[in-house]
Amino acid sequence: MNTLADQVFLLARRSVVRTIRQPANVVAPLVFPMMLLAVNSGGLKAETRLPGFPTNSFVAFALAVPFIQGALFATMNAGTDLARDIQTGFLSRLSLTPMRGIALLAGQLGGVVALGIVQAAVYLAVGLLVGVRLASGPLGVLVLFAFALLVTLGFGALGAFAALRTGSGEAVQSLFPAFFVFLFLSSMNIPRNLIETTWFRDVATVNPVSYLLECVRSLIITGWDAEALALGFGIATAVAVVSLGLASWALRVRMART
Amino acid sequence: MRMLAVARGVAWRTLHNVFTNPSLFIPSIVFPLFFFTAFAGGLSRVEDVPGFNYAEGYTAFQFVFVLLQSAAFGGVFTGFGIARDFESGFARRLLLAAPNRSGIVLGYAVAALLRWCVTAVILTAIALAVGMHVGGSGVDLVGLYSLAVIVNVAALLWAAGVAMRLRTMQAGPIMQMPVFLVLFFAPVYVPLSLLQGWIHGVAVVNPLTRVLEAARGFLAGSPTEVAAAFGAALALAVAFSVWAFRGLRKAEAAG
Repeated sequence: MNTLADQVFLLARRSVVRTIRQPANVVAPLVFPMMLLAVNSGGLKAETRLPGFPTNSFVAFALAVPFIQGALFATMNAGTDLARDIQTGFLSRLSLTPMRGIALLAGQLGGVVALGIVQAAVYLAVGLLVGVRLASGPLGVLVLFAFALLVTLGFGALGAFAALRTGSGEAVQSLFPAFFVFLFLSSMNIPRNLIETTWFRDVATVNPVSYLLECVRSLIITGWDAEALALGFGIATAVAVVSLGLASWALRVRMART
Repeated sequence: MRMLAVARGVAWRTLHNVFTNPSLFIPSIVFPLFFFTAFAGGLSRVEDVPGFNYAEGYTAFQFVFVLLQSAAFGGVFTGFGIARDFESGFARRLLLAAPNRSGIVLGYAVAALLRWCVTAVILTAIALAVGMHVGGSGVDLVGLYSLAVIVNVAALLWAAGVAMRLRTMQAGPIMQMPVFLVLFFAPVYVPLSLLQGWIHGVAVVNPLTRVLEAARGFLAGSPTEVAAAFGAALALAVAFSVWAFRGLRKAEAAG
């Protein structure tokens, strides 16, 4: 057990150090979501005047988006780094050592989750700085971090699965636009009950990203909404379980090939 | 004549590369359509915000933004191709072979324009198919598309200047990010009069705001700030043509 823990620690540290040494991988997940937040919260502030809009602060409404967008970056980081390990032969060399496959996956995802927690802290700090106050209070902050961890783990595992299946960094990068489609066709910019176009409302309703956003949003602007939390955590857990299962399977297949 | 021959060769090659490579062609078609869908479909309720008074409705309001956005990114995506040509060594051979090197920039500009024309036709057809209202006359629409053409040329010249200075694909974000910011710091979702706070201040001094407001006026058949819009767009095109041709000289000097 100690050996496994050591292996996980070493690979997680490698994952974190490698990420830190590539400033683009650290800066992009921090800056781009904040930029989108600035643009949307400025441009769509007038939306708060619509009857039924849940808050008079669009920043508070939109602050949920960076948490999910940041998780998309986690997918890219985890997937691209693992694909590079495959392309450079690191994974093949690793398979000749006593290193256990599960340690590789856990270590890789440990680094991604660590970055995800840093991202969440930055997003929350920026929100607090511009005057957003969490309706759920200090306990809500803990729940928010737990949710960010779970979402980052789930999406990171998805990126790892893509990398292990394709072995190509470019293939992993090509997932990014697809994830962006899910983000934009959700309740990202307007509550679902205020979406006027029927087909768009239907798409947003079946889109799981809407519920991930609404979970974070409930902690920020509503307080404690059991339904939103249950749906958000339920979907995030399902994504994490399925993704980790797929990534573990893909790793076994990849190790057998090499 | 030499310049035109070089321009024709560069434009043909660039267009051939784009239209025979789905990974280059499809994103330039899909992204504008996606933004049009996400903004016009998802945010249509915004037209109920008190003070929103664009007569042709929210679909037309967003169509104009997406049209200008596709024009700008048509130029930027062509800039990526220039950077790729330098990275692969093709552009250096082109600099050696071309009897008139200004034709190289002209060729890329023609390619960017023709590439965007395809996107604009598809985007317009889909917008009309989903029931977009057009209040402007034929002359107004010429004004609308003329502004978009100038934006396309200005964006290409900006991206070309960057690509020729840095000569690497890693310059992509430098080409893309300022264009993205200029586009999104304009009144994207609501008219300028409904913007509040810092973004209103930024939008007022953003040259693209004049272009966007005038273009929306053309589509609605009530042109506004036409001289300011064409002045701003042409000023950007002229400034970036100086930037692009100086970039060409730097690329020549780099050998």
